[in-house]
Amino acid sequence: MVESSLTASRRRAVVGETRHLLFSVTPGAAWITVFLVLPSLYLMAVAFMTNGPYGLPEMPLSLDAFRQLAGFGFLGWSPGNLYTLLRSLWQTVVSTALVVVVAYPLAYYITTCRERWRPLMLLAVVVPSWTNQVIRTFGWMNLLAPGTPLSDLAESLGLIGPHMGLYPSDFAVTLGLVYNFLPFMVLPLYAAFEKLDVAQVQAAQDLYASPVRAFRHAVFPQTLPGLLAGTVLVAIPAFGMYVIPELLGGGKSMMLGNLVARQFSGGSNWPLGAAGAILMLLATFVGLYAMRRIGRRLGGGEEVVI
Amino acid sequence: MSDSTPAVTRAAAETAAADGGAPPRAASSIRLEGLHKRFGRDTVALDGVDLTIEAGEFFTLLGPSGCGKTTLLRILAGLEEPNAGRLWIGGRDVTDTPPHRRSVNTVFQSYALFPHLSVRDNLAFGLRMRGESAAERERKVAEVAEFIQLGSLVERRVDQLSGGQKQRIALARALVCEPDVLLLDEPLSALDAGLRSQLQVELQRLQKRLGMTFVFVTHDQDEAMVMSDRIAVLDGGVIQQVGTPSEVYEHPANAFVARFMGHDNLVAITAVDGDRVETRLGWLRLAPAERRAESDGWLLIRPETLVLDDALPEGYNRLEGTVEERLYRGSRIEYRVTVNGQPLMVVASNLGQRMHEIGDRVVIGVCPEDLVRVAA
Repeated sequence: MVESSLTASRRRAVVGETRHLLFSVTPGAAWITVFLVLPSLYLMAVAFMTNGPYGLPEMPLSLDAFRQLAGFGFLGWSPGNLYTLLRSLWQTVVSTALVVVVAYPLAYYITTCRERWRPLMLLAVVVPSWTNQVIRTFGWMNLLAPGTPLSDLAESLGLIGPHMGLYPSDFAVTLGLVYNFLPFMVLPLYAAFEKLDVAQVQAAQDLYASPVRAFRHAVFPQTLPGLLAGTVLVAIPAFGMYVIPELLGGGKSMMLGNLVARQFSGGSNWPLGAAGAILMLLATFVGLYAMRRIGRRLGGGEEVVI
Repeated sequence: MSDSTPAVTRAAAETAAADGGAPPRAASSIRLEGLHKRFGRDTVALDGVDLTIEAGEFFTLLGPSGCGKTTLLRILAGLEEPNAGRLWIGGRDVTDTPPHRRSVNTVFQSYALFPHLSVRDNLAFGLRMRGESAAERERKVAEVAEFIQLGSLVERRVDQLSGGQKQRIALARALVCEPDVLLLDEPLSALDAGLRSQLQVELQRLQKRLGMTFVFVTHDQDEAMVMSDRIAVLDGGVIQQVGTPSEVYEHPANAFVARFMGHDNLVAITAVDGDRVETRLGWLRLAPAERRAESDGWLLIRPETLVLDDALPEGYNRLEGTVEERLYRGSRIEYRVTVNGQPLMVVASNLGQRMHEIGDRVVIGVCPEDLVRVAA
């Protein structure tokens, strides 16, 4: 008797909890379904359709878009798209690495400043990103165009040919990416540095670690979660970046994002654009998986949350 | 037992055998000469410190916060550079030696365990940085973990440890390196009272067994007295007194040391006449050893030496006062008595005698031998 009443009350509790869970999860799940899952499914469907005479997807289903993405066109195979993909990867790797090189010491430096200055310095890092990205990128165009002091300086140092200008170029794209994504690396690194107890660095030195080894064994592993988080925040949007290569690359330094955008905006080939977007998505997943593996290895088997 | 046996192993073996005999390891002495340390332009942390710490000694730096004791410890560790002065450890001038080249290890106040490493890797850190082989590391870590009776914790993460466990791991992480000198920066201050007094005894025993030189920093005079062979009392970056616990407690060098050691009954001397001094309590006769012509300084009256009895032995100073306050402490009873308007603490062992009530007139006997003159 007692047992059955217990079960009944437990069942009531379970039902109540389930209802509560449903209420709290449903809005989010609905949001994700409508704005992420359904569009993604649509995109995937488009990628497997045929390109119609007006650039719109039509039946029947085919692998034409992927064939075109791989470079096979009316005139046989061309390496253009492959170059675009490789350029995207290269720009992502180089700019992310440069962001780390700038952000790591910067984040550390901010943590060494007096506590009342720190929010101000973080603000200084973040404020530029409150301005529209397109406007900032136009700003760089004006700074790097031929005939500007920076371009003249580079020319007199023999870094670029006469009247070339620093823009448009791959270099300008890299610079734009580094500039744009710096805050996304500085903030997680700052959080990691701030948590670090100075006494631990001293303990490492006390335990026979030279300054370099104290950094390697006591400081760096503790900033690794921040570093990986920052890398993800920088590398993934950089890989799909559209505005910066469009404006600073001058058409010669196209990245995957531009390739995709062109297929939709020019109305030229939706299935090809969708296939490009799927490629981008896959590359992102591969990248995330790789980061997880790296994080686990460097973190000594410990879960590094990304 | 061969010389290559780690100190902790030998100490563990000795516990099994009996105490006594020569210290099991060659401990190092420390000598400081004219140490000065400034922070910024006008914060003086150490103002000319000369000190010798003997090999194998449990030495305590005692003082209020900001007295320079932690700075001194950090200079010993090499984590802080003195602005002037020299420092020798084991006869070697290490003033300019960086911390990672000193055979000195520190137990930090915050423990400073590495949160990204397991307990085992924390314990092995120093050995690994010193380039000892994996096999050697594993053996020593296993030994030290057993020695501090935390062998079952080595796989844990640091954030899964209690405060007391962290404290032991921090201690073991330093001990496993077998340094010439072990520095302890208020390592017990974060622990609750019970654990604290237990660890005080354990640490003191451990130091005697290892025969290692321990330099211990604390602001707690009871802790200092319980544990130390000798104590240096610091204030304002200057050493006020160096001595054994009984020397510092019974014969404080000045009023600051007396107050810091917990003495309440310090009364100003206003006049001197032969072997008698005048204070607000009245005229008191001193022992010949304390006779001095100067009519300045303080008279130290230890509450536990006072006698509350109408019938006083021959030669005792006799004071009369009123009981203002009574604190029953179980093993002892503390009275606050006013004598001629001057408050005086009296501590009586609780031997079952009749307790005095608040407002009672009492006779207080002061033995001249127990009176100590203290410099200003």
